[in-house]
Amino acid sequence: MASRLALTLALAGLALAVAAVLATVAGADAITPEAGPTKNAVDTDTLYKIIFYTGLAVVALVWGVLFYSLFRFRARRWRTAPQIFGNASLELGWTLGASAIVVAIAIVTFIMLDGIKNPQRSGPSALAAARSQNAVLDQPPPSGGSKPLHVTVSGQQYIWRYQYPNGAVSFQQMVVPKDTTVLLDIKANDVAHSWWIPKLGPKADAIPGYTNHTWFKATATGTFAGQCAEFCGSGHAVMSAKVTVVEPSEYTSWVDTQKKLVQQAQQEVLKQRKQIQSQG
Amino acid sequence: MATTEYAARRLDRRRLAGAGGPEILVPGLPQRRAGWIDWVTTTDHKKIGILYLFTTAFFFLVGGVEALLMRIQLGTPDNTFLDPTTYNQLFTLHGTTMIFMVVVPIAAAFGNYLVPLMIGARDMAFPRLNMLSWWLLVMGGVVLYASIFFSAPAAGWTAYAPLSGSTFLPGHGIDAWILSLHLVGLSSVLAAINFIVTIHNMRAPGMSLSRMPLFVWTILIYSYMIVLAISSFAATLAMLLIDRNFHGTFFDPSQNGAPLLWQHLFWFMGHPEVYIMALPGFGMVSEIVPVFARKPIFGYRAIVIATAAIAFLGMLVWAHHMFATPLESPVLGFFMLSSLAIAVPTGIKIFNWIATLWRGNIEFRVPLLFCVGFIAQFVVGGATGVMLAVFPVDWQLTDTYFVVAHMHFVLFGGIFFAIVGGFYYWFPKMSGRMMSEGLGKLSFWVMVLGFNLTFLPQHSAGLSGMPRRVFEYHATGSLHGYNLASTIGSFILALGVLITIANAIVSLRRGRIAGPDPWRANTLEWFTSSPPPEHNFDAIPTVRSLEPMKDIRRRVREREERPAQPAPVAEPAAG
Repeated sequence: MASRLALTLALAGLALAVAAVLATVAGADAITPEAGPTKNAVDTDTLYKIIFYTGLAVVALVWGVLFYSLFRFRARRWRTAPQIFGNASLELGWTLGASAIVVAIAIVTFIMLDGIKNPQRSGPSALAAARSQNAVLDQPPPSGGSKPLHVTVSGQQYIWRYQYPNGAVSFQQMVVPKDTTVLLDIKANDVAHSWWIPKLGPKADAIPGYTNHTWFKATATGTFAGQCAEFCGSGHAVMSAKVTVVEPSEYTSWVDTQKKLVQQAQQEVLKQRKQIQSQG
Repeated sequence: MATTEYAARRLDRRRLAGAGGPEILVPGLPQRRAGWIDWVTTTDHKKIGILYLFTTAFFFLVGGVEALLMRIQLGTPDNTFLDPTTYNQLFTLHGTTMIFMVVVPIAAAFGNYLVPLMIGARDMAFPRLNMLSWWLLVMGGVVLYASIFFSAPAAGWTAYAPLSGSTFLPGHGIDAWILSLHLVGLSSVLAAINFIVTIHNMRAPGMSLSRMPLFVWTILIYSYMIVLAISSFAATLAMLLIDRNFHGTFFDPSQNGAPLLWQHLFWFMGHPEVYIMALPGFGMVSEIVPVFARKPIFGYRAIVIATAAIAFLGMLVWAHHMFATPLESPVLGFFMLSSLAIAVPTGIKIFNWIATLWRGNIEFRVPLLFCVGFIAQFVVGGATGVMLAVFPVDWQLTDTYFVVAHMHFVLFGGIFFAIVGGFYYWFPKMSGRMMSEGLGKLSFWVMVLGFNLTFLPQHSAGLSGMPRRVFEYHATGSLHGYNLASTIGSFILALGVLITIANAIVSLRRGRIAGPDPWRANTLEWFTSSPPPEHNFDAIPTVRSLEPMKDIRRRVREREERPAQPAPVAEPAAG
């Protein structure tokens, strides 16, 4: 009798503890993904929450019935359990119920998929350079937006390399303009890596020999950190990445400077090579 | 001797539990060898089962120590307790050991011991093959752990190409890993063939497939899955071996090989492997819950069909591990739908177990506690599994600590709890003695506390951006708190496991004598003495229902009430 009381108390305590922990962490964004200033990250977060709370309801229901029956039907000397072997309609019922829940999850997913997977158009205040590309190509700019910015992301042990449309490159830190759709071509030079900036949206594996794609459009400036998510060797944990979102004008000057720096460095190398050749 | 013993159980149990009995001499039988030589050369399925149990328990302790070392490293940010290479070797060994040398063969341990007893057979179909399976498992373990003396494998248990190629990991650690898994895989396939033949051919008279215990059903389906998945994995491993040593280019992108092919082939084994590990645990729960609820299993047929459905769908979900790789949208959609579909039969099983408890007369013995822990924790792992199956959500979650938490909820909080429940349940049959209930309950609550403290915060760590397989992290956000809780929890969990091990060691010598049927159970293994004689049964009873022991107990009771009309306890099998 005492042990049963102890069990009941323990179960109640456990339930209280779980509820307390859930309440605490729900406020602190500890049980949902990071969501930053991009539509696909926010949509992913929304979809996550829909499925998470559905799952939480199912778990609560199962726990409720489980713990209730453990308490209600604990052994009693005077009781004999009825010898029930099944109940076809009940079993059919919960099969259909479970199926309905997963079908609903699939439908919601396909409804929300478009906002997560398919790139938006750039906003009205997007990078002007990206817009002028349309003029060069003699095409009318799409209404209310402009062409996206293409950045090629290459993973290698243990650093990320970014190549911008004008030929500039940078390592580890990517700089992109605000309000502009950034399309990423994800590649790998040696082993598999995975591109992931939690606040900016989905991750995309970088597999050598393949090109993967993802995108984001940041509506606020700031710096967003991430790191390689696919195990890639002894330096996997230190293969970090940073995306700095700046105003379009700032981006233009940065990417021009970056290009000049790259050119200077290349000329430096050429000079040194000539020197070495002339010496030897 | 074993058969009549049950009827005569009011006699001195202590005397009956020993070997005792009339000695039968058969000319030409080989002499028993002494001590450990007898053990390592035995063809008795029960001894092989116990050998498997000790072997897997040993590997479990090794894998557990590896896990604790990793948890010490991650207990504080920017820790330098382990260097990166050692850390990478540790998680590779931990994953490989726990999956291939603990959870899969531990099902073979219980299967070996119990399947012939449960179906009323005298041994497995191929006793010597059975011995070979165990030897191959041991050799696989030796090969894997021998590698720590030159260069241990460090590519994770998934060994993704091209990292696992000779360019990036030139030592022979990966080659040792390949050879080890070839040996262990061969061991599993041979054991699986043995189970399939035994179960199909050697059941007691009257035991149709629809009267077969659910644990035997799960071992049968587990075996079919092993034959399909592990055989294909042998070919996959051979391809990697050729790439590494004989200038092959299957997975080498610089020679137009396909690294994604490795991922597909690996997970074609890797995901069925999850269900290979899970199904026997489900089977144990399906045996234990009805016994302590004093009620028949609810919806036997539905459970069998759900088990088969899980196995079938389980072969069709592998690419949900690859949602972040470059795959076409229809592929993503298909694997999301198949992964969601598998939640339905799994849910059916959980509902059936709870319906079995409903209106029961539930006795809170230790085996049942662990089964309840299994149900409560497994359902959490199932819910996070559904979240991971939704590919846009998976793009945030995959390869993070969320996945680590999910798989440990399924494998540790779920399957391993069921296995510990099974251990408490069948220990009296294997040893003849009961385990301590008090220590068992203590171990259960310590394990529940430790397990949840270890793995619940890991969900949050993953959601906050912590990838898996990192040897260090920086103290951003709450990461330190999550990881510290996890590290403290892991040591509490280890303590809980040690209490059960101590319980087993003490009970082996001092436990109460169990007698043939201490739980008033339903299946045939409780018909014979504890531990059973080498030939299992003097006479094989005829099976008339799903719960043959209930029938036998009823007839014994009837005979005791009406001594004028003696009814036979059991009819010997014809021939």
